Amino acid sequence: MNKTAAQAEKKHESLFYVTKRDTMPFWKSSLIRVIAVIAALIISSVFIVALTGKSPLKIYSAMIEGSFGTVRTFWDLLQNMAMLLGIAVAVTPAFRMKFWNIGAEGQVLMGCLASVICMYYIGSALPSWLLIIVMAVASMAAGAIWAGIPGFFKAKWNTNETLFTLMMNYVAIQLVSFFIAVWVPSGSGILYPVNTDTECGWLPKVFGQQYFLNVAIVAILTVGMFIYLRYTKHGYEISVVGESENTAKYIGINVKKVIIRTVLLSGALCGVIGFLLVSGKNHMINTSMAGGNGFTAIMVSWLAKFNPFYMILTAFLVSFLKIGGSALARDPLLKLSTSLGDIISAIVILFIIGSEFFIRYRINYRGRKAEHKNV
Amino acid sequence: MSKDVSLELKNISKSFGRVAANKDVCLTVYRGEILALLGENGSGKTTLMNMISGIYHPDSGEIIINGENAVINSPRDAFDYNIGMIHQHFKLVNVFTSTENIILGIDGKKFNLETAEKEVKAIADKYGFEIDPKKKVYEMSVSEKQTVEIIKVLYRGADILILDEPTAVLTPQEAQKLFAILRRMRDDNKSIIIITHKLHEVLEISDRVSVLRKGEYVGTVETKDADESILTEMMVGKKVDLNIHRSEPVNAAVRLEVSGLNCTRRDGVKALSDVSFVARSGEILGIAGISGSGQRELLEAIAGLQKLDSGSIIYHDPKTGKDENLRDKTPVQIRELGVRLSFVPEDRLGMGLVGNMDITDNMMLRSYRSGRPVFLDRHPPKELAQRIIEDLEVVTPSAETPVRRLSGGNVQKVLVGREIAAAPTVLMAAYPVRGLDINSSYLIYDLLNKQKENGVAVIFVGEDLDVLIELCDRILVIGGGRVTGVVDGREAKKEEIGLLMTKTVKEESANE
Ligand SMILES: Nc1ncnc2c1ncn2[C@@H]1O[C@H](COP(=O)(O)OP(=O)(O)OP(=O)(O)O)[C@@H](O)[C@H]1O
Ligand SMILES: [Mg+2]
Repeated sequence: MNKTAAQAEKKHESLFYVTKRDTMPFWKSSLIRVIAVIAALIISSVFIVALTGKSPLKIYSAMIEGSFGTVRTFWDLLQNMAMLLGIAVAVTPAFRMKFWNIGAEGQVLMGCLASVICMYYIGSALPSWLLIIVMAVASMAAGAIWAGIPGFFKAKWNTNETLFTLMMNYVAIQLVSFFIAVWVPSGSGILYPVNTDTECGWLPKVFGQQYFLNVAIVAILTVGMFIYLRYTKHGYEISVVGESENTAKYIGINVKKVIIRTVLLSGALCGVIGFLLVSGKNHMINTSMAGGNGFTAIMVSWLAKFNPFYMILTAFLVSFLKIGGSALARDPLLKLSTSLGDIISAIVILFIIGSEFFIRYRINYRGRKAEHKNV
Repeated sequence: MSKDVSLELKNISKSFGRVAANKDVCLTVYRGEILALLGENGSGKTTLMNMISGIYHPDSGEIIINGENAVINSPRDAFDYNIGMIHQHFKLVNVFTSTENIILGIDGKKFNLETAEKEVKAIADKYGFEIDPKKKVYEMSVSEKQTVEIIKVLYRGADILILDEPTAVLTPQEAQKLFAILRRMRDDNKSIIIITHKLHEVLEISDRVSVLRKGEYVGTVETKDADESILTEMMVGKKVDLNIHRSEPVNAAVRLEVSGLNCTRRDGVKALSDVSFVARSGEILGIAGISGSGQRELLEAIAGLQKLDSGSIIYHDPKTGKDENLRDKTPVQIRELGVRLSFVPEDRLGMGLVGNMDITDNMMLRSYRSGRPVFLDRHPPKELAQRIIEDLEVVTPSAETPVRRLSGGNVQKVLVGREIAAAPTVLMAAYPVRGLDINSSYLIYDLLNKQKENGVAVIFVGEDLDVLIELCDRILVIGGGRVTGVVDGREAKKEEIGLLMTKTVKEESANE
């Protein structure tokens, strides 16, 4: 009679086991995320002390100082965050549809390229406001085409969009190199800002701030995307197609049309960010202008559960780590390499991703339960 | 028969958030018996069994196995107590053979596939399973997959077997085979707990019946002392009329005329051959047949989801008197023609509904295109959701609950409710009571009857011949994608339909 129970005890048991949770209240999951950030900062402190021998508090305050210290650094932070957020918002509709678009990097770059081409060849022949409109339209078209090609293939022949969009990134980089080579005969590969004399095609300063328009436009896009996904018929169709293609067909949604339409939108918005990077900031182009944000944005969007408003938080966190981290390297007193900032931001992001595990799963300890058994 | 207690549950409670799925449930299972667990949809049967098999952990209460207090924290723990559960959704690896699936996940000893195959064969012979140890899962029928799941738990030495609605996916013949096996297991002194909503099955297979109602334990009766009305009363808490009231069709007019449908499945097999029939308004047309004989393709073809090789589907519009051919039209085009066609598909969560969306958003699937441009209007679907929850007694915390979280029967009520709410002129329903408790099943029959009385042409694909005979005015029998007969529901005999169902199959196999 005791055989089964004895067997259970004899068997080697691991100390804990994992079960899937039902849903968790919002405050609880938020708490877990906050704890994760704090834990990450503590672990980072260990690294800081071990590597630099300096006080972690000093480092952290330098990071805060470097991001919020002056109006200038603060606007740098905002600009960085806006670009990241903008791309995250752009990739979101595709991801909600389970179209794994990892080609945002290329789509943004194509947006940049289209804007620079307009500036380079039109020069100051048009009034600045008209040139800006032309650039914006061209950038959106370029981004949309770059996303639309894999989208079309996916809808028509069900090709793998992940590989396809990734490859398109490399093609975009090559195209940019090609144009730079054409424009810069010296072969230095560095294109200087275009129209520096007339500032034609440059987004104007507002309230004396160069980046004001960039930030404002991204803010509008974010709110707009939230509304689009939650309250419009298109957004609803995206959710249905993402959840179940069979259901979509059953209620007569044209799945191919929705895929292509959504991917075009996603690409066009990436193009907008490319336009902002050129017209609102750099006024020129190089191959690393998207700066890996096309990939980081996927994480920003995913961590925010594809909700544009949560993305404001995740984009802020990632940008703060980046700007604050690079401030460490610039600080003349600290004399640190850029790597420390990277280490800290890697640890924090790793912990946040890791915390998702604790939000989705429950860890149960056998030890405690076993005691119950003996009582 | 010795009366050894093998499993005892004492005051088990379990809540999901605000929903109390089980409240102080007590249950006793003996060795060498088959216990049927009965209860309405959402009464907590699956939840209770999941706690025995280690998927959930009770909030409070005790599980006693062979006289010892057991702590079951995971399916693995359950195996150590020799408990095995066969879930309604199978958990098999498609590209593996049956034997590979059976030995998968057992650690501790090195495996020799050949000896394993022999052992599997031995178990199969002992209890009378039919299994090919080398067959890959993706080549298997539902019933074969179920066989693999059962042998899997037996292979691990299960003495207590739990089967959650095993017959819901089986044909009556397959169910009979399963019951023969279960009886042999009982004679081998195993304890078997079986969940099913079909009362005749309960009366046929079980030794005792335990009943749950709204998460609470109601009682247990010896099967020999029970009958359908006693069990229903225990389940529902009041007397229920178990008769289907069939009215005479009024003003029956041809609404849908299907002729010469031919259709080939993706794998090149012919799904429909020369199918022709008419569906009339104010009439329920039953479709009987062994599952997979083309019922699905037929309904999907009418709904505009299935490409046809040839044939026509003519719809007679009662308002305009015009005829429309629905063949090769998309669902949207069909609707734009003014054809109000409702369709309750077999695959509820994979086709009829979106599991992760709440009830309101699922209501909107049919209607989201209407109303103002660009933006959704969630008010009408929300009201509809509330109305369906009330009228059909859907058990759910709120209209904002994802349908995935509802129990099987309630999912079905949401789907049928939505399709009927569209005020159809043609209503097609594929196995609409599959997995539904007796009370909900009769609710659905009533709803279909009401539609019929309102002049809707109802097409009902069913598997229970008794119900088809009681409910339908005419019954179309199909076998192997062909129409093998049309019988009058008021005069048909079960045996007659049964013969028609297998007719072409036999002929075809004779030809081959
Ligand atoms: N994971 C879960 N999260 C929230 N609620 C749940 C969960 N699982 C079950 N429930 C709820 O618990 C109750 C009991 O559900 P359960 O699946 O045990 O019913 P059931 O008796 O098996 O019903 P059916 O006959 O329809 O299968 C239902 O109200 C259901 O909505
Ligand atoms: Mg159940």
